[in-house]
Amino acid sequence: MSAPGPGEGVSHVSLRSGVYADSVRLMQVSRDVGARDGVTAVLVAMATPLNVELAEGMGLAPEGAASPDQLLIAVRAVDDDALAAAVTAVDAALSERERSRATADAQPARTIGAGLDGLAPDGAALAIVSVPGQYAALEAADAIAAGRSVLVFSDGVPVEQEVALKRAAHEAGVLVMGPDCGTAIVSGVALGFANVVRPGPVGVVAASGTGAQQVSCLLDAAGVGVSHVIGVGGRDLSEAVGGLATLDALAALDADPGTERVLVVSKPPAPSVAEAVARAAGGLATPVRSAALSPETPDLTAAVEALLADLGREVPRWPSRPGPDGAAPPGAVLKGFYSGGTLADEAMLLAAPVLGDVRSNTPLRPELDLGTDLSAPGHVVVDFGDDALTVGRAHPMIDPTLRLEAIARLAASGEPAVLLLDVVLGYGADADPAASLAPALAAAREKAQLPVVVALVGTEADPQGWSRQADALAAAGAAVFASNAAATRHALDLLGDAR
Amino acid sequence: MSLGGLLDGPPAVVAAGVDVFSGALRAQGTEVTDVDWRPPGIGDPADLAALALDPRRAAANRTAVERVLAAGAVLTDVRPAGEVLGLEGRLLLHSGPPLTWEAASGPMRGALLGACLFEGWAATVEEAEALLASGGVTLDPCHHHSAVGPMAGVTSPSMWAWCLEDPVNGGRAYCNLNEGLGKVLRMGAFGEEVLTRLAWMRDVLGPLLARAVRSMAEPLDVKAVLAQMLQMGDEGHNRNRAGSLMTLRELSPALVALDAPSDDVAAALRFIGGNEHFFLNLGMPAAKLAMDAARDVPGSTMVTVMARNGTEFGVQTAGTGDRWFTGPAQTPVGLFLGDYGPEDANPDIGDSAIMETYGVGGFSMAAAPAIVRFVGGTVPDALATTERMYQLTLAENPAMAIPILGFRGAPTGIDVLAVARTGWLPQINTGMAGRVAGTGQVGAGLVQPPRECFEQALAALAQEARPATAA
Repeated sequence: MSAPGPGEGVSHVSLRSGVYADSVRLMQVSRDVGARDGVTAVLVAMATPLNVELAEGMGLAPEGAASPDQLLIAVRAVDDDALAAAVTAVDAALSERERSRATADAQPARTIGAGLDGLAPDGAALAIVSVPGQYAALEAADAIAAGRSVLVFSDGVPVEQEVALKRAAHEAGVLVMGPDCGTAIVSGVALGFANVVRPGPVGVVAASGTGAQQVSCLLDAAGVGVSHVIGVGGRDLSEAVGGLATLDALAALDADPGTERVLVVSKPPAPSVAEAVARAAGGLATPVRSAALSPETPDLTAAVEALLADLGREVPRWPSRPGPDGAAPPGAVLKGFYSGGTLADEAMLLAAPVLGDVRSNTPLRPELDLGTDLSAPGHVVVDFGDDALTVGRAHPMIDPTLRLEAIARLAASGEPAVLLLDVVLGYGADADPAASLAPALAAAREKAQLPVVVALVGTEADPQGWSRQADALAAAGAAVFASNAAATRHALDLLGDAR
Repeated sequence: MSLGGLLDGPPAVVAAGVDVFSGALRAQGTEVTDVDWRPPGIGDPADLAALALDPRRAAANRTAVERVLAAGAVLTDVRPAGEVLGLEGRLLLHSGPPLTWEAASGPMRGALLGACLFEGWAATVEEAEALLASGGVTLDPCHHHSAVGPMAGVTSPSMWAWCLEDPVNGGRAYCNLNEGLGKVLRMGAFGEEVLTRLAWMRDVLGPLLARAVRSMAEPLDVKAVLAQMLQMGDEGHNRNRAGSLMTLRELSPALVALDAPSDDVAAALRFIGGNEHFFLNLGMPAAKLAMDAARDVPGSTMVTVMARNGTEFGVQTAGTGDRWFTGPAQTPVGLFLGDYGPEDANPDIGDSAIMETYGVGGFSMAAAPAIVRFVGGTVPDALATTERMYQLTLAENPAMAIPILGFRGAPTGIDVLAVARTGWLPQINTGMAGRVAGTGQVGAGLVQPPRECFEQALAALAQEARPATAA
């Protein structure tokens, strides 16, 4: 439809007295009515000299003298029907009341800084950052600037950014937990992958997530609770980071009236950093015990037992479920399929003196690297939680698919083996890991003579329940241990018997 | 050391990223705030991190914004622009970042043509066009002369300029006199009525205002007027009614007491009273004074200038001195006068975005419910706009309180880093000039800066931050 030019069609021009609306409202009415079919020009405005001049320019001049307190209605349309409808629409639009409330929906915070702004200024608060690693420093820096500690779950944060964040946090008197920190418990609140453990006197500083879960669960089983579990990130005790967060966490736990003993859990630290941490620990009023894994001290359970002795507590029999009778097949090898990196390390450190070299995707020595062939023959420990295996999928503590496939493949391969697994319970983990694992184990054991040993890390109070999971796994033919060291030794015994 | 009270009791949690753990935290009875996080829309991730980790940034931004908040603005004089701005020879000031005649848009060309005619540098429009096209007139941004100008911002030597001083930081800022609405030079009109009005302003209004302002026992506190306006339904950019009337109230006794011809005084009073944007040209230099006080703070990521010349939008920051970061000016969205429509509107033009840079105008939209329909609708939209701007800014200005938000201070001091991270661009209220030279005003509405300005500013700030971070 071609619009008629100026002067064509029919028009309506009127002036009304005693009607006032502000100019913005009137411009809006003009726009709405102008958008109607058949309407070619509209001016609804107070009859100021400027607006009368505009109307004249449109060929819609009012007759007679106009005054600024009058409302000018000028409409041109293609025919009488459209014109009448347009004038009616002007009246309707002018009488319409805006339906609105004088409140806005709260604007969501787009950054950690804005989110922290919304909190009460007093009271404990913590930021948790799990955005892609290249952006994590932005959000973490907000928390530090706001005088709050931050847990950085993200991995892939450049190490120089980690150092800058931790230096800034030290200056600000707050703590950066992480990057790549998956586990913490602060004043009884479980953050990330953490277990429901009783409150108590032991503070844990952990550069290792599953390591922290193992020691806190064993302490719980011994009737000893934790005050806080402070994760510091896997790189904190490296040369580059220099234990910045560990040192600050130790000082904070030393000042915490609820903490009587401190346990530091880590993979092997850089020697210079281990020395600095030991020196700092020696200067604290609170006794500090190290549970750093190394070939000389390969056993987290032993470290917990030593701590219990420090506390004058009896070491309990760690919970377990015996496996079915039956030996490993002749010539069996160790197959360790782990979801927790530190637990895998512990298994390899314990196995190596007995079995010799154990190959892995996270090997103790570079020459033992499996590469991409996870089903290679011989003694093998696979960490399914390694970054390379979690690209584009959830951690195996949440999504068991890869590991279940590997179990089926092992049973089908015909290679004689003892299967060693970890199952980690608690917040964040699979809601019922035995539900998928027990049938997979039963199916594998039907295919092959395959003894199965499970390190079940968790507590009775965990959402999944330690005993419930242990019973289901035992019913599928697994021997189950609360201690990963005990599980590993059991697997080694089975292998020894088979030789 | 207590880690900011971290270990003192169960913490409240603010979480950004994957939400798998928030459910577990709520199951434990923890108070969790989930951040509506999204990847930054602007800037290289390494640049963003370099800025976030620049140890100078927090203190530098605090210094910059505190200078803005502390700045005052009093009206000390009215003087010819040529004299006070040092406009020697054939020099015209214009709004926005630097501009050539070739790149100038319709309304900017119209205003420059009109100024040449007004100054008598050309007798006809054709002569003026030839003069400008041949480079016979030097063009320079207002911002390079401690000045600002609304819309085209064209300021020529014979125009009169408001002279404001910041008694706290000692700065000075200038702006020409507002001509009113409709066909006016700043909107690109240059017809006879425009030139006649400018001549009257030069010969009658300017001298009267100069004598009146100099005779006042107490100089007009422009910052105080701006603060009161926000309590009276103005936001100081697209609505200046209350501010203009207060200015009229303050100036009237001095004007009447001048013993000038009563016809002239009556005409001046009628002119001021009939122009609801009369105050804008006082508010803008007041904001300019505050933003200039924050210039040259190394490490600061705060925006000190947002200005448009009808072709490009330009931004300056406290950490990068006089450097302009520019991108193509956007066309405003809004409501139109009479028969005009979106196709008639010129891209964004004017130094008046200094108001938003200072935290009023579009940033304080919540204060001006009468014009909220420019936002596209309702009072809640206006409140939401202002709420979003709080996440872009470094401080709340206690002097500029917004009643409907419980007298919360206006969101002040735009942080380039926050713009990048939130994905929200600053909201600017603006007038719209016709794209054809000579048209005048066609409407009013809303506009945002182009992303390019902030991309360039971020890259420059990051480059400047890197040596400091590495050191």
